[in-house]
Amino acid sequence: MIHRSLLLKILSAAVVFGAWEIAGRIPVSYAFPTFLESMDSLLRMTLDGSIFHAYAETLKPLIVGVAISTVLGIGLGLWIGLSEKFEWLFSPIFIVMQAAPLAALIPLLVMAYGIGLTSKVFVVCIMAMPVIVLNTSSAVRNTPESLKEMGRSFLAKDRDVLLKIIIPAASPVIFSGLRLGVSAGFIGAILSELKITPTGVGDIISYSRSIADYPSMYAAIFSIILLAVLFLNLLEKIENILFEGNDRGYVTD
Amino acid sequence: MSQTRQAFDDAQPSDQDIAVSVRGVSKNYGAVEALKNMSLEFPRGQLTSLLGPSGCGKTTLLKIIAGLLKPDSGEIIVNGKAVSGPGPNRAFVFQDFALLPWASVLRNVAFGLELRGVPRSEREAKAEKYIRDVGLAGFERAFPHELSGGMRQRVGLARALSVDSKVLLLDEPFSAVDEQTRRKFQEDLLALVENENKTFIFVTHSIEEAVYVSDQIAILLPRPSRVSEIIRPTSFRTKGVGNIRRDPEYLDIVDEIWASLRNYVE
Ligand SMILES: Nc1ncnc2c1ncn2[C@@H]1O[C@H](COP(=O)(O)OP(=O)(O)OP(=O)(O)O)[C@@H](O)[C@H]1O
Ligand SMILES: [Mg+2]
Repeated sequence: MIHRSLLLKILSAAVVFGAWEIAGRIPVSYAFPTFLESMDSLLRMTLDGSIFHAYAETLKPLIVGVAISTVLGIGLGLWIGLSEKFEWLFSPIFIVMQAAPLAALIPLLVMAYGIGLTSKVFVVCIMAMPVIVLNTSSAVRNTPESLKEMGRSFLAKDRDVLLKIIIPAASPVIFSGLRLGVSAGFIGAILSELKITPTGVGDIISYSRSIADYPSMYAAIFSIILLAVLFLNLLEKIENILFEGNDRGYVTD
Repeated sequence: MSQTRQAFDDAQPSDQDIAVSVRGVSKNYGAVEALKNMSLEFPRGQLTSLLGPSGCGKTTLLKIIAGLLKPDSGEIIVNGKAVSGPGPNRAFVFQDFALLPWASVLRNVAFGLELRGVPRSEREAKAEKYIRDVGLAGFERAFPHELSGGMRQRVGLARALSVDSKVLLLDEPFSAVDEQTRRKFQEDLLALVENENKTFIFVTHSIEEAVYVSDQIAILLPRPSRVSEIIRPTSFRTKGVGNIRRDPEYLDIVDEIWASLRNYVE
């Protein structure tokens, strides 16, 4: 089973990269390099260390923003999910945040917080937080009533109901919110580097585009996607370890 | 419990024999009158069935006794004390099992004890005993989704037994199992009533089941929900499980109950 799913992953990667290579060779556009050219640039940037310097910059707002979004987002989501009043108060804010055109907000952020780390962290949070909050709150609200009732009938305190029933029951949806939030956070981090000040990976992308070094540009984009995929896989592993039985579906459904 | 004494006290069992008493309980859901001024008594150490057509308020009554729902008026007395919420003297077996899907059978059975703060080794030893008692030995590490409906139901039963409450509330516990398993469960239930010295309050849809397992059967009728009749089978309970279904009194009671319920079945 494990071998087959790994094989399928490799196969689908091979198909995508093959298509990329072919599209680059036709070429679809003079600005679209082949897969091998891009990998070559990636290797060069890895060897001269420039990609590591870039990530040292990019990861700062990304990690800070994702960490804040996770803690604050899950906390707020739990709160909103548990209380009707807070749902009423906060839910619309996050729905608007999710739908808002971020590019239009960036100038406002820059005006308020300057062009430093703060603004970039904000962009990451704006991208990542809404989906985490909304998933968490809806998961909490959808906890099967019968499980909560069972808890109360066996004398669970409110804290027990929250920690031993609501959170484990909600965790698959919370984690899927987290995955979506983290991917959005990656987009946010790059977006902030393209729109606020060119640093890190965003700098590689905009600089290499300005000098028409398209392989480097695509190498940078590729690397960020790769990192996101790896991180999401890690998250999935963590989830499986934390909530062992949860991928087994609901018995009472 | 002795059948002879029960026959003497038939009209009004003496106070100390009553484990649970429902006094003038009413409950409305918005405009729906689920229970209206209902009074009913449950003798200690016996099994009382609540039997009645769908929607007549059986689950509602059970949840009020459990303290999960507040009655609009009236009160529930358990061992002489008015009920104000869930308590250690009552345990619930849920119709839909209500098992934690992410927890093993062992943790599910021990969950009631876990919530009471019983240390892990102690509660697991206790849970293992009840898992064996309900015939699930060897499945301690299994997850609920790996069990059949009947096995899940037994997990729910073991969980309720392991907290050692004196009153067990069972809401249609056998509805999810096939006929053969159901008969086995009914026999097991009779053995439990015999051995555990607990008061069982048992909701069922099946007339035969109610007559087979009960010391006392309360027939509930809907709109407005009320106790229409209380039946206490007397003669066949002592004749051994194998003979009950052939006993003339058993058959008469089944017919009698059907006659009074048939008007309420569409
Ligand atoms: N949460 C609720 N909100 C509104 N009405 C309810 C609710 N729960 C029950 N009722 C109503 O109260 C009445 C009694 O319901 P209850 O579940 O107690 O019946 P029951 O005797 O257990 O039925 P069944 O045998 O089908 O399980 C029904 O008419 C039902 O529609
Ligand atoms: Mg019911």
